[in-house]
Amino acid sequence: MTSSVSPARTDAAPMIEACAVQKWYPNGFHALRGVDLTVQRGEVVVIMGPSGSGKSTFLRTFNALEDFQQGSICVDGIVLSDDLRQIDAIRQEVGMVFQQFNLFPHLTVLENLTLAPVLVRKRPKAEVEQQARALLRRVGIAEQSDKYPGQLSGGQQQRVAIARSLCMEPRIMLFDEPTSALDPEMVREVLEVMRGLAADGMTMVVVTHEVHFAREVATRVVLMADGEKVEEAPPEQFFTNPTQERSKRFLDQILISNP
Amino acid sequence: MTPLLRRLRQDLFATPADGLVTVLLLALIGAGGFAVLHWALGQAQWAVIRANSTLFAVGRYPLDQQWRLWLLTALLAAATGLSWGMLRSHPRPDRGGSLWPRNDWMAVGMVALLSLALPSLLGLALPLQLRWWAIAALLLLLRWLAGRFGPLLPAPLKRCLPLGLPLLYLLGMVLIGGGLALEPVSPSQWGGLMLTLLESSFAILLCFPLGVLLALGRRSDLPLLRWGSVVYIEFFRGAPLITLLFLGQNMLGFLLPGGVAPERVWRAAWVLTLFAAAYLAEAVRSGLAAVPRGQLEAARSLGLSTPQAFTTVVLPQALRVALPSMVGQFISLLQDTTLLSLIGLMELLGTARTVMANPAFLGRNAEVYFTLAVLFWCCCAALGLGSRALERRLNPSTLA
Amino acid sequence: MARSPSVGPSPAPGLVTPVPWWRHRRVVPWVVQGAVALTVLVVVAFLLGNLIRNLTAAGLLLTWNWLGQPAGFDISETLLPFNAELPYWRGLAAGLVNTLRVVITGLVGSTLVGTLLGMASFSGNALLRGLTRTYVEVVRNIPLLLQLVFWYFVVFLSLPNGTAALQLPGVVLAKSGLYLAGFGDGLHWIGPQLQNGVWQAPLRLSVEFGALLTGLIAYTAAFIAEVVRGGIAAVPKGQWEAASSLGLSWWQTLIKVVLPQALRVIVPGLNTQFISLAKNSSLAVAVGYTDLYSVAETTLNQTGRAVEVVLLLLGTYLALDLFISLLMNGLNRLVQIRER
Repeated sequence: MTSSVSPARTDAAPMIEACAVQKWYPNGFHALRGVDLTVQRGEVVVIMGPSGSGKSTFLRTFNALEDFQQGSICVDGIVLSDDLRQIDAIRQEVGMVFQQFNLFPHLTVLENLTLAPVLVRKRPKAEVEQQARALLRRVGIAEQSDKYPGQLSGGQQQRVAIARSLCMEPRIMLFDEPTSALDPEMVREVLEVMRGLAADGMTMVVVTHEVHFAREVATRVVLMADGEKVEEAPPEQFFTNPTQERSKRFLDQILISNP
Repeated sequence: MTPLLRRLRQDLFATPADGLVTVLLLALIGAGGFAVLHWALGQAQWAVIRANSTLFAVGRYPLDQQWRLWLLTALLAAATGLSWGMLRSHPRPDRGGSLWPRNDWMAVGMVALLSLALPSLLGLALPLQLRWWAIAALLLLLRWLAGRFGPLLPAPLKRCLPLGLPLLYLLGMVLIGGGLALEPVSPSQWGGLMLTLLESSFAILLCFPLGVLLALGRRSDLPLLRWGSVVYIEFFRGAPLITLLFLGQNMLGFLLPGGVAPERVWRAAWVLTLFAAAYLAEAVRSGLAAVPRGQLEAARSLGLSTPQAFTTVVLPQALRVALPSMVGQFISLLQDTTLLSLIGLMELLGTARTVMANPAFLGRNAEVYFTLAVLFWCCCAALGLGSRALERRLNPSTLA
Repeated sequence: MARSPSVGPSPAPGLVTPVPWWRHRRVVPWVVQGAVALTVLVVVAFLLGNLIRNLTAAGLLLTWNWLGQPAGFDISETLLPFNAELPYWRGLAAGLVNTLRVVITGLVGSTLVGTLLGMASFSGNALLRGLTRTYVEVVRNIPLLLQLVFWYFVVFLSLPNGTAALQLPGVVLAKSGLYLAGFGDGLHWIGPQLQNGVWQAPLRLSVEFGALLTGLIAYTAAFIAEVVRGGIAAVPKGQWEAASSLGLSWWQTLIKVVLPQALRVIVPGLNTQFISLAKNSSLAVAVGYTDLYSVAETTLNQTGRAVEVVLLLLGTYLALDLFISLLMNGLNRLVQIRER
């Protein structure tokens, strides 16, 4: 046995444990400068920060879409290593929602949902389809299951993308600026779905600029800047009484445009 | 003025200069059209085509073995009718599909017209004409049967049907070349349209997987694979096909153990395949470039392995984008088979040269070349039309 | 050891045990590359081994001495002086010059015709548009080789000779060749003249060259027309509207406003077409024009030096392609800079 697994998974063990993660891009850019983060089961952690602060890069290291050079990340008891089988195993447990939806345009909505569970989890197709329809009902687009993604609005597409991740029954969901590519009137419907998920106890890490969402839903807010974690605090404290000068400046900027 | 007249005036006589151009062009078209018609109906001696129709069709294939080619033609017609019917048996009501769309009626008309008119134009004997009618009838009958009763077939059987096509291809090879209790017919006796189609279909089928692999290699993150693919693609795209065929004919013998090279026909087929793969790779590469990087990331983050992600997510989209340029390459490949005549193979153009070397048909260049041009034009235009139809079928506002 | 990573006893978190190499994300890519490289090397070594063994057996090991031996064949039409006593390399050089002659004239001709055709497909005249479209569709769907033999055997070889030849001021087109006026005998301008039933002129081009050039231009022009059409179509419609609202005519708009912008798209497309014209010129052998390929074929038949001749041929054509690409890349840079 070569994979590294925690002895017993109890509710006390953290879902994500990232220690001193450092990343350099091949061009030498130091994207992450020793970032720590611990996410407990059922927590909703919101990561904020100006663009280029490394928050998306950091999020993407959790399911090995980005590699890192130093530090360690442990997801659901599995230590991220260079073991390809472990990377596959982690990706099955971690759902990811992208800014650009990344739905598969050549497949129908239903096929988008059933593809991975059937191929990866080897589950019977009929059973997966039933579950997929239930999920589509849950995100409020049950009647669109035979349409192609190109026929849906942006908000509908992002809800399909969330349902697609959920269909793999992940233990944790990562959201990479899920509402940034949406028209303002569609942001609400997506956030609504995310609120529902949080209420159901899903562990979530969300990179977003949505202050209201962070205030209401997050258990903790993390501010990143220049590849470092600047501040980490419960939302109430973060938004009303930040300790760092950098956080105050960021909040001033973001609250002007997003009161 | 009626709308038609107004439209004509706007399109053709908007300004005096425009009018002059129109009149000149009309005169040119009239004179050219008259000259061609005058030649085709009056001066041309079409006997050269009628007398050599078998030669143009199959070359010097032994007469007593030609029943095998008739059988193959019938099988191909049956397969065509069957696939056509099966494709239509699942009408997509959301796209206004029906069991018998208007295009299909036009195709039926074409098949009927060709099978009735062509054999008699070629002056075939009545029994031969009857065979062509029977083959056309078989095609249409299976089209009807498959369209009508196809949906009633059990699902596993339906899934197995596409496997019949590669089997049919292998069977065709056996029927043409012999083996399995059939008398062997040496490739040197293959010729005419049969050889043209054999060479081009062989190259098209085999260059496809090779081209896709090369395209993936060229876009790979692994430097060795990338550079290997680049060298291959640029080498085959940089050299004229005739020099590569020349290489195949003259150097292949030295490259294989014992100096034994395969039959000339197969040597040429392999060179065509390797050549076409390089061009196909470029077509597929442009398709791959059109698939956003996020697609692969989404597939990987759902837990799909890299091969799974490519076969189910990336390649289906890339090939759809690349389809028009891929068919363009296949059309070029069909045209490029004429170069085989320069290395002494008896495909259509090679056959034409031997026919015109016959003292009885000396100087009948125009008739022969004109016929070949019409034949090639029809095949290539049909491929182009087919590709556009397939594109529409595959592309129902599905791409975001 | 396929086991769900979330089940069963294992070392404590943080204690990373070594990852086996066949599952290591940094090692696997190199293993894959190594395997591919090894396969390629083995195949190449196999082929080269056979080549050397077979060539040794046939007594044909790679040498280039034969290039200096007298060729023993003649070339009917050359720019470089050549006869049967001169060595092979002079023959190959004469063939190369003949190839360059048809490629360069073909490039110029097909660019002119193709550009005109491409512009005509945006004409206001529906008949002209339709005719252009038809031309492109006809030419593109018929094999080039078939077109070349058609031009040669059907058109050029049925031209009349003697007094019946097609005569224009300074130009005569006969079955025996294309005769052009030019300077002869010092600095006198001399037109084609009929002497004893045979045309004479300062400049004579063979019908073989004429057929090849005509065929190549007619074929390549259709493709260039499509490139030009695509380039013009890529210029936003607003440019046409803006120019005509300033009072420019259709022709002025096209030349002064649209074409300069379209060049950005057109030049890379032209590069492809020019290279394919250079490669297609090797079909000269079908109409009896002695180009590089045709000399190489004769050379191979006489010397049996398959490997050397094939290497020379491939190397020369690759160099020619590279040269055209370099030129066109330079032109491309020029076009792009002028934009800014």
